[in-house]
Amino acid sequence: MSQPHLDLHESPSSEPRRGFMTHILAAGIGLLVGAIPACAGLAFFLDPLMRKKKGASGDGFIKMPVALEALEIGGEPQLVKIIMDKVDAWNTYLKQPVGAVYLRRTDKDKVAAFNSRCPHLGCAVDYKPAEKHYFCPCHTSTFDVDGVLQNDIPPRGLDTLDVQIRNGSEVWLKFQNFRATTPEKIPVG
Amino acid sequence: MNALINWLDNRTGLKKLMHEALYENIPGGARWRYVWGSTLMFTFTIQVITGLFLWTAYSPSTTTAWESVYYIQHHMQYGWLVRGLHHFSASAMTVLLALHLMQVVIDGAYKAPREINFWLGLILMQIVLGLSLTGYLLPWDQKGYYATQVSTEIMGATPVVGPQLQQLAQGGPQYGHHTLTRFFAMHAGVLPGTLIAFIVLHIAVFRRHGITVPDPDRAPATTFWPDQVLKDGIACLAVLGTVLTLTIWHHGAELAAPADPSEAYSAARPEWYFLFLFQFLRFEWVEHQGLAFGAIYLPGALMAILAAMPIIGRWKVGHAFNVVFLFVMMVGIIGLTGLALKNDAADPDFTAAVRQAHDDSVRIEELAERPEGIPLEGAVSLLRADPKAQGPRLFARNCAPCHRYDGHDGTGRKVTRKDAIVAEVLEKQADGTKKKVKKIVGYKPPVEELATASDLGKFGSPDWIKAVITDFKKTFAALENVKDKDDKSKIAESSKHFLEGEMAGWSSSHANHWRADAKNEHALDDLVAFLYSQGQRRGAPGVSDEAPKRGRQIFETGILPVGKFESNCIDCHSLQPIGEDKLLGEVGAGPTLTSYGGDRWLREFLSNPGHEKFYGSNNTMPAFGERLTEKELDLLVRWMVGDYE
Ligand code: FES
Repeated sequence: MSQPHLDLHESPSSEPRRGFMTHILAAGIGLLVGAIPACAGLAFFLDPLMRKKKGASGDGFIKMPVALEALEIGGEPQLVKIIMDKVDAWNTYLKQPVGAVYLRRTDKDKVAAFNSRCPHLGCAVDYKPAEKHYFCPCHTSTFDVDGVLQNDIPPRGLDTLDVQIRNGSEVWLKFQNFRATTPEKIPVG
Repeated sequence: MNALINWLDNRTGLKKLMHEALYENIPGGARWRYVWGSTLMFTFTIQVITGLFLWTAYSPSTTTAWESVYYIQHHMQYGWLVRGLHHFSASAMTVLLALHLMQVVIDGAYKAPREINFWLGLILMQIVLGLSLTGYLLPWDQKGYYATQVSTEIMGATPVVGPQLQQLAQGGPQYGHHTLTRFFAMHAGVLPGTLIAFIVLHIAVFRRHGITVPDPDRAPATTFWPDQVLKDGIACLAVLGTVLTLTIWHHGAELAAPADPSEAYSAARPEWYFLFLFQFLRFEWVEHQGLAFGAIYLPGALMAILAAMPIIGRWKVGHAFNVVFLFVMMVGIIGLTGLALKNDAADPDFTAAVRQAHDDSVRIEELAERPEGIPLEGAVSLLRADPKAQGPRLFARNCAPCHRYDGHDGTGRKVTRKDAIVAEVLEKQADGTKKKVKKIVGYKPPVEELATASDLGKFGSPDWIKAVITDFKKTFAALENVKDKDDKSKIAESSKHFLEGEMAGWSSSHANHWRADAKNEHALDDLVAFLYSQGQRRGAPGVSDEAPKRGRQIFETGILPVGKFESNCIDCHSLQPIGEDKLLGEVGAGPTLTSYGGDRWLREFLSNPGHEKFYGSNNTMPAFGERLTEKELDLLVRWMVGDYE
């Protein structure tokens, strides 16, 4: 202990100054040694927020298992499972169902696609052929066949997805999930 | 602010509590020798903080434990830092525990009325050691797996209830998912919970009797806050600095290859602070007393003496005895630890095993980083299916008894032999009489075993092919070490076939051809390029490249820029060029060279070297088609021909 203000056994005359410095130093060092492991741990815990999305290869479109001809113009929506490779931390699951979409052919070369997740709170939406509308069993959100909301429960209409017709009859789709509860469509992940 | 504090105080008695905590009287002034308890509390706090965060990412099962730790270590931000702090603080805790104990004993702080607190401290020590032991297994890497196996086997050697204890700890007769869930529950729940309860008792009792002051008149009395807190803080800062330095230096804690019960791990050692016990159990005289003696009774007896210290201390020279006892024990522990480290450093097998373990851990990282990720069966399956990891091991087991690989056995170990020393000793017979019998009384120092077949480190490479052509005898010289069964001074007949056979003769009689002209040297390179291209190894020239095409001419015609072969390659060897159906030469005299040194040739050759298209009746090498599974043969061949990423 060479520094004078750290000497704990000095003459009483320097008592107040010494006492003050000791208080500050003791508190400061105490805080520091606790803060370092805590900050390291916290930074570690915040990993999911800092994780950069891995750039998907290609343009993000995937080919649907149904051909254009199989869909009737103006017919009923068809539920199609989305099969993709899924990365979950250290594992990569090949060809896993990751979601579902409703496909409906609206014109000769036009297909409308809706994510089957309800924009209200994320339940899966059913299509009711008898009533010709989409209905969510969770909190009764209802959408018409074009995905437009029919009551005030959902914040927005069903989420449309980009569709491309390639090589005349292949239906390609860019699958995305969107955040629930917001009036705007905000992609997640 | 004040109002809030008063409100709280009114309801909780906070002020009094804080006052009691902070203004403990310290007669004789604050001193460095009192810091050990606080540094221990501090390291435990680090463990709780980092441990809880690690808990958020750890997944205890045999197929996810290693994988989640790997993910923490290599993919999560500051994962290596948090894990490293946890690991090195655990070591620091053990060291501080020893220092705290020593200080307590030297200062006589265990004496009445503080006996109970001393015992509480010993219990705390056991819990901390339990935490180390259970934590070591959790990454489920080879290191932790095999070291913990030893601990649970020792547990199984406990008299009477051993096997039951072991099964309870393991969650079954063998290690599996439940070993991890149980160890994890102990490590993250039961033990820390118990530890906290005992710490509370320890500190409460400590406060009741106050600090043990050797010389109260040394300086004016002070209080814990802030004088002693400052000293404690500085000590904690030093501990943290050390732990941080070690963590950054090693980039976190080591993670060995994933646990594989089918893969021996010769580098297995317990955590360094258990090395003394490990070394102790290696003494034969200890073993003769039985495992329970060395691993349970003796450590138990030492602990019992420690626990008896407050009672021994009442006796006139009791305190002196206690100090000497602890000192001797510490010297013993340090000595045994040093001996263990020294033995290991001097043991080439151990250092090779450590190197191999390190290579494995680097390799598994490469494999896990591939875009396919880690399969659901766990990362261990990646290593098991990897030629680079398995090839050397298969070579060491199957080929190294005769061949070498760049002078070693494939895995980097020298091939050695330990000869037994046999002597005649007098042995008591069942009927009480003594009789002279021959017995192994020891072993001579290991000597390097001579190879009896070629060194295959370069097998199939251009250098190898060139060496076979230009200096056949030297390439296969190790065959001279195969001695005749009846006359040990004579080379065996089988080797003679090889070393004095047609190819050996051809090679030496043509040696001058290559040196005759610089152009001939290029021609040799072309011939080598031709054969090398036919093996179709990675990095080999294409079969229709210029050099191989020129080389093929020489192979077929024997015409060199200057001079000509006396007999041509195709006079003895057959070769079916890649992509053609016509055979050059005829099957028969010498081994076929179709895709020589490549995957196909090696696979067929290893399966059955005695086939007529290889060595035929001259063959003395075992057919590995019968000894290896298809999978093993595949891994060995792919490693030898370099077919892996
Ligand atoms: S989630 Fe669909 S209505 Fe609430």
